[in-house]
Amino acid sequence: MRQAGRWHGRLAIAAGVLSLCGAGAPTLAQSLGDTSSVGPSTARSTTGEQTYRDICQACHMAHAEGGVGAGRVPALAGDPHLSDPDFVLARVLHGQGGMPAFADMLSAEQIAGVTNYVRTHFGNAYTGTITAGDVRRRSTDAASD
Amino acid sequence: MIEFETPSRRALLTAIGKAGGTLALYQAMTALGHAAPTQFSGPPKLAGAKPGASVIILGSGLAGMAAAYEMSKAGYKVTILEYQDRPGGRNYSVRGGDVIKETSGTVQHVRFAPGNYLNPGPWRIPYHHQALLHYCQEFGVALEPFVQINHAGYIHSADAYGGKPQRFAEVSTDFKGHVAELLAKAVNKNALDDTITKEDKDKLLEAMRGWGVLDKNMAYTSNLRTSAQRGFDRPPGGGVNGAPTPSEVAGLTDVLDPRVWQTLGLYLNTTMQTTMFQPVGGIDMIGKAFAKKLAGKIRLNSKVTKIAQDDASVTVDYEDVVTGKKAQAKADFCVCTIPLPILSQIEVQVSNAKQAAINSLPYQSSCKIGLEMKRRFWEQDEQIYGGHSFTTQSISQLSYPSTGFFKPGPAVVLGAYAGGAAAYQFAGMTPEERIETALNQGSVFHKQYREEFSNGVAVAWSRLPWITACASSWTDDLRKTHYQDLVSVDGRVVLAGEHCSYIGAWMEAALLSSIDAISRLHQRAVAA
Repeated sequence: MRQAGRWHGRLAIAAGVLSLCGAGAPTLAQSLGDTSSVGPSTARSTTGEQTYRDICQACHMAHAEGGVGAGRVPALAGDPHLSDPDFVLARVLHGQGGMPAFADMLSAEQIAGVTNYVRTHFGNAYTGTITAGDVRRRSTDAASD
Repeated sequence: MIEFETPSRRALLTAIGKAGGTLALYQAMTALGHAAPTQFSGPPKLAGAKPGASVIILGSGLAGMAAAYEMSKAGYKVTILEYQDRPGGRNYSVRGGDVIKETSGTVQHVRFAPGNYLNPGPWRIPYHHQALLHYCQEFGVALEPFVQINHAGYIHSADAYGGKPQRFAEVSTDFKGHVAELLAKAVNKNALDDTITKEDKDKLLEAMRGWGVLDKNMAYTSNLRTSAQRGFDRPPGGGVNGAPTPSEVAGLTDVLDPRVWQTLGLYLNTTMQTTMFQPVGGIDMIGKAFAKKLAGKIRLNSKVTKIAQDDASVTVDYEDVVTGKKAQAKADFCVCTIPLPILSQIEVQVSNAKQAAINSLPYQSSCKIGLEMKRRFWEQDEQIYGGHSFTTQSISQLSYPSTGFFKPGPAVVLGAYAGGAAAYQFAGMTPEERIETALNQGSVFHKQYREEFSNGVAVAWSRLPWITACASSWTDDLRKTHYQDLVSVDGRVVLAGEHCSYIGAWMEAALLSSIDAISRLHQRAVAA
């Protein structure tokens, strides 16, 4: 009984340390390779527009026009895929192709904010507002799949 | 769970060591996954290739060129198709005169002085990455030490030490001292009596006193002994004023800032341990050495548009990105090293499972900024020779050149190495804004920064049109579902590259993946 309690304590500490570290932290440096040793891994934006400027335009460009090289960086401007909020959330949370999983880099509030922003800007006018609660439900569902 | 396994494994190893001596112990440790951080066991042995058998290789990064080099040596007829106008892929250095084009159309002209360079991607080689070191030796690529840990480098946190950068020696000594003092206190309050024996308790106290440099009261305090590790206010000298004066140790609260232990912990990873190396003159010396061995076999400016296969051969459609001319290449087999953000947009004739793997793996990004300074003020003014300074700001770290020490004239510092969200924050800026941000943030370490700055270049991987990202980003769940499907030989096609490894974004990953892929493809070819 006493023994079991101690192991659980250690595991809890280990889990706590991991959650503090985030994507760029040293404990993950090995699994992710040498792409940045340490450093802040989360964004500080508060509005959907700020999150778009801070994060999304890195690839999707300032006017959500995307780009073309060896492959295509998808434009979000006038994108019919965005009519489905679940599609957008799945991409933002889990990433695909050149897009990383943002589940650990952005908060549920930031993800909801930026999803609503891109669905209502750049020539998109889709209805239905995503809440932070929707984002949390969606990421929990995926985690338990 | 690992906690439960440890004693039995250790007990087993001790028994093996006693019975069979050191060699047996080493072999057993290797078999159990210890003491062998690379899986490299020599270049592949590809005997018995069928005369006239051909391979088309897609991508001329290290994975593609290693495949071409080894298969060519084995007797295969090899051709590489490369999208860019240079071989090397992510094995890439930029120098004065180079032009960096971004997907947005933004162009940067590198203005570094002759001899100076930035490695936007890989830049350091762990001593145990034996596959990479093997090819460097085979090709005569000159290597020099990469200065990794430097006790004179700084650690900066916005939330500790009043935001003032501290030397690594200071914070590492203080962290150790405070932890030792606290542990000694806990032991002396009998708080660990249910955990350790009386004998171990005495040993532990002795260890904490020595390791933590505690005083006779088992306290971590400012004195000449602690200063001998963290540095003196006035260092020991000669003659009349030779006597040193101690420095003031920092309090516990500052020492507990995450940036402190994260930085101390960084150097504990096997991939970050010394000795590390770098090629003299830039990381791309490795890619250039490979390319020299493959003269006439690499077709540049070739954008692959389709990969098809049948019972007899592989057919690759491609387009010359300069002339726009479309063409087809046929071969018996194909090694495809195209990074997945690009490959997932190309029609590939493979199984549904492999296609799902290609489509499902996300990539992460990174941003590196090279700042050319008019002089080596970090050496001349602050006695920092190579190594890094770390910060909580988005530049993450500043790295000093590991070569050309004491030379007069300009030198390039790595002014930002941003990952995670910060990589995207930098990528969304114009190159000028990126450099301005790096100068602003880096000034926290060096007051000379602005005055000594000459020119800079900022490479944001998500904006590079030939890859649109930096490196694969596996999770345990993704590996469970897709990894084996990604690496399997599919008919006449096999994939290779860092994305087909458990190593992640290291050059060793590209090579080990390539060696494994071509070994399996060769078996398939010989059996056919």
